[in-house]
Amino acid sequence: MRGIREPTAVPPTTILIIPAFNEAERVGAVVQAVRAQGLGLDVVVVDDGSTDKTASVARAAGATVISHPYNLGYGCALHTGYCHAWRAGYQRLLQMDADGQHDPTMLVRLVEALDRGSDVALGSRYVAGGAPPNSAAKRIATRLFAAIASRWTGMRITDPTSGFQGLSRRALECVVNDGFPEDYPDTDVLVEHHRAGLKLTEVPVRMHARAGGLSMHRGARIAYYGYKMLLTLMLLPVRRPTPLRARDTVARCS
Amino acid sequence: MIASVLDTVGDITPLLDRQRYVALTVAATIVVVVCELVRRRKLREEYSWVWVATAVVVAALALEGDVLTYLSAFVGSSSPVWTLFFGTMLFVLALTLQFSVRLSRLTHRHRTLGQRLALLEAELQRLREREEAQRSADRRAANRAAPDREHDVVA
Repeated sequence: MRGIREPTAVPPTTILIIPAFNEAERVGAVVQAVRAQGLGLDVVVVDDGSTDKTASVARAAGATVISHPYNLGYGCALHTGYCHAWRAGYQRLLQMDADGQHDPTMLVRLVEALDRGSDVALGSRYVAGGAPPNSAAKRIATRLFAAIASRWTGMRITDPTSGFQGLSRRALECVVNDGFPEDYPDTDVLVEHHRAGLKLTEVPVRMHARAGGLSMHRGARIAYYGYKMLLTLMLLPVRRPTPLRARDTVARCS
Repeated sequence: MIASVLDTVGDITPLLDRQRYVALTVAATIVVVVCELVRRRKLREEYSWVWVATAVVVAALALEGDVLTYLSAFVGSSSPVWTLFFGTMLFVLALTLQFSVRLSRLTHRHRTLGQRLALLEAELQRLREREEAQRSADRRAANRAAPDREHDVVA
C-alpha cells in the first residue's frame, strides 16, 4: 500500500534545544558530545539565521535543524525551539548553548532535577563555587540580577543568566506564550515562572570558558541589558501577556 | 485664568507678513512633497494623512493670526512664531511615537512569521524524509515480490 503511514508510536519524551548563531566551528562538537552521552535525547539545533555553515554542520553531526530565515535573536531562537517541542508533545525540554560553555555531562543533572519534580532546573556555575565573570560590568550585573531574582522568587538564585536549563511540560506551556522576550530571556523569565507557580531548582553545573567566538553580553549591550531587564521586571506585574490578541500564534500548528 | 490670558494677548505682536509667508511656504511644500510621494507610491496613504494634517494646521494658524495670538498667550509664549514651530514639533513628536509603535508591531509580526516559516520548513523536511523512507521500503517489498509477478506477466 502506498501513502504516508503513521510512524511507530514511540512516545516522545525529552528534547534538547541548542540555539546557535554563527557557531559552525563549535556546534558540531557540542552535538556529538551530547549524543555520546547516550541519554536518548532528540537534539534540535535552532539555527538563528547564521551566515556560516552552522546548519549543515549541525545536521551532519546528527541533529535536527530548524533554521530561521533571518537573525531573530537568542530569545527568539529559544522560543522557536520551545514551540517546536510543544507542538511535538515532548514532556521535558533541556536547553544548552552551542558555544561549548555548557558541559554535556551535566545534562543528566538537569534531567534528575526534573525527575524529582522540578518544573525548571537552572544550571548554575556558582552553586559549586565556580569563578565569577571576569569583567566588572558583568560581575555587577550578575550580582544585581541574582539579588533581584532571589528576592522575587523567594529562593536563592546565583546564576540568573544561565542558558543551561531543563523545563517540564508545565513550564513549557508558560514559555510558548508569544510574549517571550526576544533578547536576554533570563531574570524576567525566572520571575515569571515563579509567578506562574512553577517549581524552580538551581542545579550545580560545571561550565567551560568560551571556545572562541563572541559573547552576546559585551560592551554597550550590558548597559542595554540592564535597562531592558529593569524595565521588564518593573512592568511584569501589570503587563499584558502577549502583544497580539490571539495567544500562542507560533506554538499552535494550525 | 482666562482673564489673565486675555490680559497678555495685547502684549503679543502678531505674525509679520514675512513670517506668515514662510509658514505658508513650508505648509505648501509639505503638501506637495507628500502628494508627490503618494503619486509615486513611495508613501502609503495611511501614513500621509498626519503630514497633511500638520501642514493644514500650520497654514490655518498662519492665516488666522488671532488664534495663534490667543494660543501664544495661553502657553505663555511672547512670540507667535515660537508657538507655531513648537506646535509643529509636537506634531512631529507624535508622528515618531506612532512610528515606533507601528515598528514594534511590525517587528513582532515579522518575528512570528520567521519562526512559523522555520517550523514549517522543519516539518516539511521531516515529512519528506518519512515519505522517502516509506517509498524505499515499498520498493524493497516490491522487489521481493517481483520475480513471481514478472514471471506471470511474461507467461
